[in-house]
Amino acid sequence: MNIHEYQAKALLKGYGAPVAAGVPILKVEEAEAAARSLPGPLYVVKSQIHAGGRGKGKFKELGPDAKGGVRLAKSIEEVVAHAKDMLGNTLVTAQTGEAGKQVNRLYIEDGADIDRELYCSILVDRSVGRVAFVVSTEGGMDIEAVAHDTPEKIHTIAIDPVAGVTADDVTKISNALELNGAAAEDAKSLFPALYKAFGEKDMALLEVNPLIVMKDGHLRVLDAKMSFDGNALFRHDDVKALRDETEEDAKEIEASKWDLAYVALDGNIGCMVNGAGLAMATMDIIKLYGKEPANFCDVGGGAGKEKVAAAFKIITADPKVEGILVNIFGGIMKCDVIAEGVVAAVQEVGLKVPLVVRLEGTNVELGKKILNESGLAITAADDLDDAAKKIVAAING
Amino acid sequence: MSILVNKDTKVLVQGLTGKTGTFHTEQALAYYGTKMVGGIHPKKGGETWTGSKGESLPIYATVAEAKERTGADASVIYVPPAGAADAIIEAIEAEIPFITCITEGIPVMDMVRVKARLEGSKSRLLGPNCPGILTPEECKIGIMPGSIFRKGSVGIVSRSGTLTYEAVFQTSNEGLGQTTAVGIGGDPVKGTEFIDVLEMFLADDATQSIIMIGEIGGSAEEDAAQFLIDEAKKGRRKPMAGFIAGRTAPKGRTMGHAGAVVSGGKGDAESKISAMEAAGIKVSPSPARLGKTLVEVLKG
Repeated sequence: MNIHEYQAKALLKGYGAPVAAGVPILKVEEAEAAARSLPGPLYVVKSQIHAGGRGKGKFKELGPDAKGGVRLAKSIEEVVAHAKDMLGNTLVTAQTGEAGKQVNRLYIEDGADIDRELYCSILVDRSVGRVAFVVSTEGGMDIEAVAHDTPEKIHTIAIDPVAGVTADDVTKISNALELNGAAAEDAKSLFPALYKAFGEKDMALLEVNPLIVMKDGHLRVLDAKMSFDGNALFRHDDVKALRDETEEDAKEIEASKWDLAYVALDGNIGCMVNGAGLAMATMDIIKLYGKEPANFCDVGGGAGKEKVAAAFKIITADPKVEGILVNIFGGIMKCDVIAEGVVAAVQEVGLKVPLVVRLEGTNVELGKKILNESGLAITAADDLDDAAKKIVAAING
Repeated sequence: MSILVNKDTKVLVQGLTGKTGTFHTEQALAYYGTKMVGGIHPKKGGETWTGSKGESLPIYATVAEAKERTGADASVIYVPPAGAADAIIEAIEAEIPFITCITEGIPVMDMVRVKARLEGSKSRLLGPNCPGILTPEECKIGIMPGSIFRKGSVGIVSRSGTLTYEAVFQTSNEGLGQTTAVGIGGDPVKGTEFIDVLEMFLADDATQSIIMIGEIGGSAEEDAAQFLIDEAKKGRRKPMAGFIAGRTAPKGRTMGHAGAVVSGGKGDAESKISAMEAAGIKVSPSPARLGKTLVEVLKG
């Protein structure tokens, strides 16, 4: 789960991290009061969407010469003008796709005098099974490009979970970022604070890009991107409250209510599969036969009939879907449960597109019998290959 | 021969009394009499678990007590996500040599804590978020469907449960059968990696060929490929087929498995496929042709 920059900064401020003063707004009318509450004379007006590349992004409605999704303002009037320009319009960035994202929230922030821009993120380094800092002196730009072009400029410092961030770790990070003076002093509290926030809130990623050294020599968190481990949300009601559903796909929200692993995609073959690996492999084989999947959907191992029916309904409700492939290799999942769920869903919402079902594994004979006796227009497939061929053929008609 | 588990492996169940634990313990007992020797429940020590067909097992309050009383050398965990890490740690502290955790959805930070406890311990952890391990006609730990297995010569290792079943099913249909199938699990932080299992398959005389199934995310497949290249230089190699799931997955999205995400320019399918092919693994473009691909490799 992702949250907005202003929410992430408020959370980090609670851990003592240096962030600028700022006010989030939802309406243009709030812009003036927000700016007046800040010291000035420099302000930053920042679009709050769950995607990066906002500064270089362009508003669809404003034409190519208009400024991007993060703008400087030198007066309160300018803040208000930017807010009018930005709120409600659609920002297209390198990460949003062509459709872009509507900007419904702005963050008005106190400006900073920047001396240097650095990169700092925290994540779980899976190769060692530890939380690690990834830092670079090359802040403020696309870190993937830095990693690709100049990998020697990226430093990874893994943290011993028992000892936490030690003085030695701080020195390593500070050296990698070439910090000295006041910034090196700030580092002694900032990096342990970021680590503490990451662990206590079960984050999946905390990215501060850029972390800046200001003209006065101190450190400041200038931007913050935060995502959380979905598996740990059960113990963080405060984090769950920060969820902004307008940033998410409606089908994915519905799927998450049923605890279904669902990702909306651009193709036209709907998929319902058990197991994440098999669900990805099903997408891959559809592509292999020349079509594109409309979604990733793993109904999981322990799904009941109702959950299967809910998944099926989410898939059929997608107007892009021209055909559906159900692919089940039952281990925990029993084939008869899948069959009952599919039949129940079809009886409720109807079936307007071809449906190919491949069942294998636990209770396979019972599952096939339920489908056969349902009287529904279901094409049975012998194996995964056969299933993919049949659904692609059905769509090509 | 086989790896990790065989007909003599004595297995405890942590989370036996729940619905999932009960169902799969019944299945394990029915699978060639896998030696399930007891269950753990902190409040039900001294009671007896009874299955739907009248099977029964003693319940102990702690893993340590159960180990002492039964001589168990393995444990399988079906405890729900919030308590699963503590269950693993209890098994580590009781010095259970082989721990399998089936539970899906354990917070990553909990697994970071577990990983630290595993270092220098006497235990190996398989999983979490995995289907378990099965040696045909001898021992079934976890949730794999026993009916698709056939005793034979292929070692199977996979990050995905259901794709493990595909590989098992297809190698059974080709008449090859399996020595052992190992599901290492789909989480980013886990106990056993590809390299650990590949090392065991290379050392196992009965395993004449290997299928390795990876997916997007992380660099475990690339690490495994490098390991195989290094071993081949020492003259250790076996015919291998493979598959990588997630070629069509969009970047930056987590595909069901917590570990299946291409991020930071790392973990994409193409880099894994080319690393595996460089290590001499024939990577099938289709998940439906795992068995056939291995047969082609074996024919040379």
